[in-house]
Amino acid sequence: MTDKTMTEKTMPLWEVFIRSRTGLSHRHCGSLHAPDAEMALQAARDVYTRRGEGLSIWVVPSSAITASDPQDKDALFEPTASKIYRHPTFYEVPEEVGHM
Amino acid sequence: MYAQALNVAEKAHADDPELRARFQARVDAEEKIEPNDWMPEGYRRTLVRQISQHAHSEIVGMLPEGNWITRAPSLKRKAALLAKVQDEGGHGLYLYSAAETLGVSREELVGQLLTGKAKYSSIFNYPTPSWADMGMIGWLVDGAAIMNQIPLCRCSYGPYARAMIRICKEESFHQRQGYEIVMTLAKGSPAQKKMAQDSLNRWWWPALMMFGPSDKDSQHSDQNMAWKIKRFSNDDLRQKFIDATVPQGHFLGLTFPDPDLRFNEATGHWEHGPIDWSEFNRVVRGEGPCNRERLKARQKAHDEGAWVREAALAHAEKRAARKAAAKIAAE
Ligand SMILES: [Fe+2]
Ligand SMILES: [Fe+2]
Repeated sequence: MTDKTMTEKTMPLWEVFIRSRTGLSHRHCGSLHAPDAEMALQAARDVYTRRGEGLSIWVVPSSAITASDPQDKDALFEPTASKIYRHPTFYEVPEEVGHM
Repeated sequence: MYAQALNVAEKAHADDPELRARFQARVDAEEKIEPNDWMPEGYRRTLVRQISQHAHSEIVGMLPEGNWITRAPSLKRKAALLAKVQDEGGHGLYLYSAAETLGVSREELVGQLLTGKAKYSSIFNYPTPSWADMGMIGWLVDGAAIMNQIPLCRCSYGPYARAMIRICKEESFHQRQGYEIVMTLAKGSPAQKKMAQDSLNRWWWPALMMFGPSDKDSQHSDQNMAWKIKRFSNDDLRQKFIDATVPQGHFLGLTFPDPDLRFNEATGHWEHGPIDWSEFNRVVRGEGPCNRERLKARQKAHDEGAWVREAALAHAEKRAARKAAAKIAAE
């Protein structure tokens, strides 16, 4: 706050994704500021993997993410509610056939 | 986080009653509110204030414990304390990130802390003159924080709730390592036991004040309950904390510095004597024993870290420029 030098420039924001030991895909776990990708990775390792949370980290510049607009939520995601035939429980299989 | 530009556009119709009603219906249905969803201006403001105060508390909270890292009595205690203080730094980061999704910048938030415009938890304005204080902070301060934070895991604002889930997972170690320190002292020599008791005498009341003013004097509660930012009242949380903590202290043979403390058989609760809110108000106003020192330490760290941030940015820019030049040369 005392000097308004280069630090007043904002540090880029990164989104952090981690793949856990369980073999599931990378999952968003948070974000952080860092000057470049390399330091973002280092910081992500320090902050988001302190207790064996993962075996692989992705960092992505937040500005590179295109998100769906919440205003379109109904148009995008409502139609799926009526398509119950996409679920296995929609179909009847006689009990004698056993587990399917 | 992502696509923050949308937030700004939405501020235009911030107080449309129809949008407000739809928003409240979503909150009532326990839906999570996400960064780019429509939200009332008051909801956004309240969250920015609360989340950033919370973040500042994590960061300033590193100072009283940082005071003992180099003087911890054993390597085991030193490693644990270091890991705890490092966790608190992480908690600060998760929370700043959550606040940033509401359209404020990290630089702005840090600026508010350093200029004294933003508050942080008053508990961190008390000094840590003895090693027993490391135990007492873990047991009482982290214990009270956990009580406050568990309901926040279900807060209506998604990024805040998610940050709290992560934090709560890590807090349990903090409280247990603290209790273990207190237990070791309480079962030690008479001098060690006295250290533990002295420390409890100093921290008990400030820890109870961490839950904030009594319900009858709390201004923000009703609206925050309706918005599901808050789930329990200050007094309810305080009572839960007392009921959980008093038997833990008695188990160690320690005495709480409250002559009115007594168990009510009928209600099953521990009843406590009056809290000195004038002390609380003094500390919040900036007149606690360490307010100046804490802000001075944060300012110093910020100033002395400036060259690192500058160098890292300059290095990143130089490398990006070189990469761009190499690409042009190759074409
Ligand atoms: Fe914390
Ligand atoms: Fe903690």
